Amino acid sequence: MSQPSGGDGQVDDAPTSHPSPRLWVARQALFALVAVPVLLAAGLLSGFLAPAVVTGVLLVALLVVAAVVWAGLRGRYRSWSYREREDDLIVSRGLLVRRLSVVPYGRMQFLDVTAGPIDRWFGLATVQLHTAAATSDARIPGLPLVEARRLRDRLAALGEARGAGL
Amino acid sequence: VSEPTRTSPEGTGPATDPDVTDVPASWTRLHPLSPVIAFGRTIGVVLVFIVPRLATQSSDAAGLGVEVGILLLGVLAGIVSWLVTRWRVSGSELQIETGLLRRQSIRLPLARVQAIDLDRPLLARVFGLAELRVQVAGSGSGRGRLAYLPEQEAIRVRAQLLALASGLHAETPAPAAHLLFRVDNTRLVVSSLLGTPTVALVALLVASVVLGVVSGSAAVAVSLLPAVVAVGALLWRRLNSEFSLTVAEAPDGLRVDGGLLGTRHETVPLPRVQAVRWVEPLLWRPFGWCRLEIDVAQQRSSRRGQDSPAFPDRALLPVGTAGQARTVLARVFPGVDPYRALESRPPARARFKAPLAYPNFGVWSDDRYIVTGSGRFRRRLAIVPLGKVQSLRVVQGPYARLLRLSTLHVDLVGRRWHAAAHSRDAEEAEAMWPALAERARRARRGPR
Repeated sequence: MSQPSGGDGQVDDAPTSHPSPRLWVARQALFALVAVPVLLAAGLLSGFLAPAVVTGVLLVALLVVAAVVWAGLRGRYRSWSYREREDDLIVSRGLLVRRLSVVPYGRMQFLDVTAGPIDRWFGLATVQLHTAAATSDARIPGLPLVEARRLRDRLAALGEARGAGL
Repeated sequence: VSEPTRTSPEGTGPATDPDVTDVPASWTRLHPLSPVIAFGRTIGVVLVFIVPRLATQSSDAAGLGVEVGILLLGVLAGIVSWLVTRWRVSGSELQIETGLLRRQSIRLPLARVQAIDLDRPLLARVFGLAELRVQVAGSGSGRGRLAYLPEQEAIRVRAQLLALASGLHAETPAPAAHLLFRVDNTRLVVSSLLGTPTVALVALLVASVVLGVVSGSAAVAVSLLPAVVAVGALLWRRLNSEFSLTVAEAPDGLRVDGGLLGTRHETVPLPRVQAVRWVEPLLWRPFGWCRLEIDVAQQRSSRRGQDSPAFPDRALLPVGTAGQARTVLARVFPGVDPYRALESRPPARARFKAPLAYPNFGVWSDDRYIVTGSGRFRRRLAIVPLGKVQSLRVVQGPYARLLRLSTLHVDLVGRRWHAAAHSRDAEEAEAMWPALAERARRARRGPR
């Protein structure tokens, strides 16, 4: 097994997939759910209690913060990508801290498909792979339900086919 | 399913040895003295409270009644737990049934065994008993515990379980072991004193003496007493478990024996070893000493204190010279030189990220193993067979990105062990992970 055999090496031509654009809509909805009430409350309170200049400055500052958070969220959403290679799943993510996870199908212990209330509203689900290592962290959020089901079934089948002992 | 394992094909020799066939295929109880030993500590504590009271002849009958009641309850609980616990070896399983109200039926498939330990705490040793612990991946050792068996029986059961675990016939006698290493007890004591706890204690003592002289009171020194006791207990625990430790090689795995008052006897089947760590604390380096720790994918024992980071991982070699460590390591992972990892340091700019740990960073790998270095004052070289790697991760934080560095993590079974090639050049890491993933894939498939 020491000599590299060219034939059975992994062909790394797996296409890169991304979470559904609906994930971005969902993230923005969640963001708006927090940002709009905060902005309104701050504006109204300051409008009644403080001079107009202070209110203006405050609102501008809050808007800037909101814009930065929005841009950060957008970056994070865009950073998610995954590739189903022949023998392993590659997930990369992160804006500030960039992470790339390589999980061989044969090492998968179990799969999680979860959908929170907002996810469900948008018809999305998160697929998470677990290995016997507590530190493995391959997770793909924002998959359309059909794709999540396809991925789950495919990974489960591959995991069974390539399973290896501990 | 309950086909007893004792039925042997004709003509296998061991049938002449009646002792070997003693391993129960029918339900058996533990030794009747088990509750006494299991609750020995509790009984001791209660006695400590009762005896002085009796001695002073105080008339606090109610208090005495409560304590005696607690004692009796403890004894009763012990007896009940002994009555409801039974075990047997059936087919290729170790079966344990226990629990009065919450019945528990444990089946341990022997093909999955990671290690089998024989523990003899002081009290058990007095009565000639031993505890047998069967470790499977991911379970706490509480599940596969047989506490306690008569010593001879425990040894026989261990031999049988090991034979079954390695796919041999149950009556295969325990193979002879070949001694690899014996720890030098003087060196063990000296090296324990050179550890972090003692150094911290000495620093504290010096500080307190200075403070005491300055302030002119002994209060500071007295307040350090708990720290002294804690460090003493730590050192004692280490000495007690690693005193006179020997490592021997047998066909069914490595045998690790040791202990001062309580002894333990571990058997680690070699294919189950997930990783080995080569540790060199700063103060040991002038002497050229090192320590080998071994990962067999079990969680720590449920016993008190062992989960704390102060309690070191399972030692394969508590302290020894580099030469001795190499001899032992060569048996576990042949053909690995951990120091090769230190030859491939990260780029010099990684010093800005990890100035203290930088000299210990490094990574080396071939078709079978990956070795990574880490640690600030304690140099830790993790040696991982690629076939045991669970997953890989490449992580780059904002500061690391500024320096164009990334860290490649190698995930291992469980949560305690983990190896990482720290602060590699970002491009190098980008080229490293596909190659490693491919080699790990081949190592998983290939012959072990």
